[in-house]
Amino acid sequence: MSGALVLLGIIAFLVVMFVAIYNGLVTKRVATENAWSQIDVQLKRRHDLIPNLVETVKGYASHEKETLERVIQARNSAVAASNAHNVHDQIQAENMLSGALRQIFALSESYPDLKANQNFLSLQEELTSTENRIGFARQHYNDSVATFNTAIETIPANIVAGIGGFKKREFFELDPEEAKQAKQPPRVAFS
Amino acid sequence: MTLTFETLITHNKRASLGLMAAMMLVLALLCGAILNVFYGVSGEFDWGVFSYGAVIGCLAGSGAAVVSYFFGSRIIALINDARPIERHEDTVLFNVVEEMAIAAGLPMPKIYVIPDESPNAFATGRDPKNAIIGITTGLRKKLDRDELQAVIAHEMAHIKNYDIRLMMLVAVFAGIIVLVSDFFLRSFINDLPFRGRRRGYTRSSSKKGSGLAIIALVVALLLAWLAPLLAKLLQLAVSREREYLADSTAVQLCRNPLALAGALKKIALDPEKLEYDNRATEHLFIVNPDPKRRLSNADKDSIWSTHPPLIKRIAKLNKLAGAYDNRPRPDGQS
Repeated sequence: MSGALVLLGIIAFLVVMFVAIYNGLVTKRVATENAWSQIDVQLKRRHDLIPNLVETVKGYASHEKETLERVIQARNSAVAASNAHNVHDQIQAENMLSGALRQIFALSESYPDLKANQNFLSLQEELTSTENRIGFARQHYNDSVATFNTAIETIPANIVAGIGGFKKREFFELDPEEAKQAKQPPRVAFS
Repeated sequence: MTLTFETLITHNKRASLGLMAAMMLVLALLCGAILNVFYGVSGEFDWGVFSYGAVIGCLAGSGAAVVSYFFGSRIIALINDARPIERHEDTVLFNVVEEMAIAAGLPMPKIYVIPDESPNAFATGRDPKNAIIGITTGLRKKLDRDELQAVIAHEMAHIKNYDIRLMMLVAVFAGIIVLVSDFFLRSFINDLPFRGRRRGYTRSSSKKGSGLAIIALVVALLLAWLAPLLAKLLQLAVSREREYLADSTAVQLCRNPLALAGALKKIALDPEKLEYDNRATEHLFIVNPDPKRRLSNADKDSIWSTHPPLIKRIAKLNKLAGAYDNRPRPDGQS
């Protein structure tokens, strides 16, 4: 009789533990999803700002057509990839867009009138801030993915994760080329 | 045990609850003792009067707890002369705060500005959804964008840890305890507000009074003297240990330890004193608002300072900078 009670107690304890761990994992997974959507929000914000920037720059630096077109192209392919929910293509397009934007701000150095334009200045601040936000959102996403991945691999949560079907999430890597470089040890030349 | 945000948050929430309970107890004792001294039947320690006072104290305490929980941040903003600002008044500041809110994964806090040349910043509120960050106009003018971002990251760290809740309650309670015991001590010494109605303690009646009444008086006086001291010590202890932690969390958020070190240096060496400096709220600021007090203990630990020694804080940040030097910044700057 008392043996049955003990058994019942153990089962109840295990059930409570399971529920607690399961809920903890769900909270952590939702955190990674929220962090991911924040990146998306900031990328969309950048897409929305770019047409304004191009219009403003056009008025002062019309013969920089090539650079401007490259920005528009990069922006359009980024929007397309985002609409197609193709994460790999999107990351590539966004990286291209970042490069093209850097070019625009670099060329603005040789146009004093453009640099003095109030509209351009505020757009520059907004885009710089958006770049920062994308960076910080990615940092936050990677942090929460690290927390989640560690959580589903540690005992005893890994058992719960196995039963509940929790899968490890991928990190948001920077530019694949850049990431490769960061992983490679610096080359030392003996000559 | 590893120090994670979860354990910190749980600790801070528990401490906040404990603090509210302790606050009620102290107020109940204070009010009971005060009432007993002023209204007690001559020379007797009157349990009836005492418990009457204790009930009033409890009610006042719970009222104070509720008010400080829900309106503490606004009270603190008010006594520091901070006013809320809108996005169009300072877009760069809003951008910087939003960047750090994203880095911490928190909702955007409200931004308040203190019109004061002395550079400083504070954060308060009951939880991240109801948090405010206040900065002085001096801070905004004297720091560059990176330094401003690092200071905001430090405040965001306090918000994320729920330090803001505990420190807000400490500020309001320390203020209330000092107020009540001040009131008691003054009215006792000057004997002014209760002159007409007082029936209890007088010089002549004390001689024939029982020992209990004298004990009650001594306890009341002790409480009135000790309470502000205890409130002060609590305020100091709670504040100091959190600053190192917030500094390192800030570095985790902005990945720029040198900017925070630079900002601390600029704030520390600024000669201006915060005009509305208030002893009850100075532990909320990133650096003690009084130049004399922040520099007198800049290089050594002291139980009387609200913040850890600045030189140690800066040294720790410079050490961290070595670890971050070779890593790319998330925003692509170097």
